[in-house]
Amino acid sequence: MREVAIIGVGQTPVGEHWGKGLRELALEALEAAMRDAGVERLDALYVGNMLSGQVEAQEHLGALVADFAGMHGVEAVKVEAACASGAAALRIGYAMIAGGLADFVAVVGVEKMTDAAGEAITAALATAADAEYEAVHGMTFTALNALLMRRYMHEYGYRREDFAPFSINAHRNAVHNPRAMLRFPITEEAFASARMIADPITLLDASPICDGAAAVILCPADQARAFHERPVRILASAVATDTVALHDRRDPLWLEAVALSAYRAFQQAGARPEDIDFFELHDAFTIMAALSLEASGFAPRGRGVAMALEGAIFRDGRLPIATMGGLKARGHPVGATGIYQVVEAVLQLRGQAGPNQIPHARLGMTQNIGGTGATVITHILEAID
Amino acid sequence: MHPARAWRGRSQRYRLEGEICEGCGARLFPPRDICPECQRPARTPYPLSGRGEVYSYTVVYEPPAGYEEQAPYIVALIKLEEGPLISAMLTDVEPEEVYIGMPVEMVTRVLHRQGERGVIAYGYKFRPVLRRMATMPAQPATVTA
Ligand SMILES: [Zn+2]
Repeated sequence: MREVAIIGVGQTPVGEHWGKGLRELALEALEAAMRDAGVERLDALYVGNMLSGQVEAQEHLGALVADFAGMHGVEAVKVEAACASGAAALRIGYAMIAGGLADFVAVVGVEKMTDAAGEAITAALATAADAEYEAVHGMTFTALNALLMRRYMHEYGYRREDFAPFSINAHRNAVHNPRAMLRFPITEEAFASARMIADPITLLDASPICDGAAAVILCPADQARAFHERPVRILASAVATDTVALHDRRDPLWLEAVALSAYRAFQQAGARPEDIDFFELHDAFTIMAALSLEASGFAPRGRGVAMALEGAIFRDGRLPIATMGGLKARGHPVGATGIYQVVEAVLQLRGQAGPNQIPHARLGMTQNIGGTGATVITHILEAID
Repeated sequence: MHPARAWRGRSQRYRLEGEICEGCGARLFPPRDICPECQRPARTPYPLSGRGEVYSYTVVYEPPAGYEEQAPYIVALIKLEEGPLISAMLTDVEPEEVYIGMPVEMVTRVLHRQGERGVIAYGYKFRPVLRRMATMPAQPATVTA
């Protein structure tokens, strides 16, 4: 197997792009990444996206984006795995190069959510759950996370306010990320009094609905230096799955696919949790951040929230998370999120994260979660000397 | 929902019909044909009692399309007495009365309507166990919204 490197990254601002559709957003990110890499020709293009069929009545994004980007004839397909679609597309691009089937691959994550009304987006996102046995009962994505959060509070004795550090950290980091959507700090008081969406989840536990696109360019690691002076190696790429329905899990508070995918990634990288310098995790809701920290091996069971309360997740803590704002404050354009996480990790490893730079960052981990943990994709990235 | 789709799920939605694994005896709901405990086929129908307790619950204030008229509503994970967890709405109860561990039982209600002419989908919801009915079968089947 060949080693794979990231030699270019690009991203649009995350937000409400009323003037841009799927194709314009995807092209903007793709062009930025190709410029960054100094690459003009691609062997293949993979597009991560979840909702285009439901929101824009547009599928077939592989060909659509390739066509709009003027890449006549290039290999291109869309990859879908709910909110993990972005990282799933990266996984395919990685495998193509590792396996020797391609040399230069672009992976674009793109999502357009703001063209649909709130109830329509809520219904569209619920398609990541089990349509016959969850969504039909009025279950929303927020509701599923609320069920987890309430049970977690019940079993471990936390209060709702104890989850505040996750959102405070994310918002604080987004202030210095020019691409982030919610670039303002929040206080504990604001967190405590935020509007309820699905009890106990409020607006300040949840990531916002938004548009965005991000892209990376991959090539064999032994050619990377010719394209970028600070290439980043993909040390590990691991996917695991679990039951789609939350109720089908023996122990809903233990995200089995997170544990499996993190374990496989650590094995592949030859690394341990304590070797990771920062972690771009899937904080779509504060409870997901806590459960991810636990099942990934960074905190014991029931201690994910305690880890946040101790300050270990802040930029100067033991394991900084959401260093550019995370899903909570950078924004969560669902199918693009997995690529935003990787783009931000690359900026950290290159030393280009500005005021949010984690000093001496060498190993970064990203984790993209589809549904309530049914698809989990973990990547470990390393700065190449 | 297409009528055929609603019809296909009738045994589950109206009778809470799951499956039992011939190999290890595990009782499964929803039906999944392969037993997750022992990986052997589990295709023998098995109706569940409809009794259980609340494992977790939430109140939905921002409903998806098609559920607006019911909001705010309570959805819960119910731990059935036979073992499986199940997702369902709670009914005939106020949010502040619900607690983790609350005994509940199945009733048949309208799940959602699709406009004036669309299919009205019926199915299971759960309500607090009524003490005077605790010894009766679990399917009073009072069909109201
Ligand atoms: Zn069995």
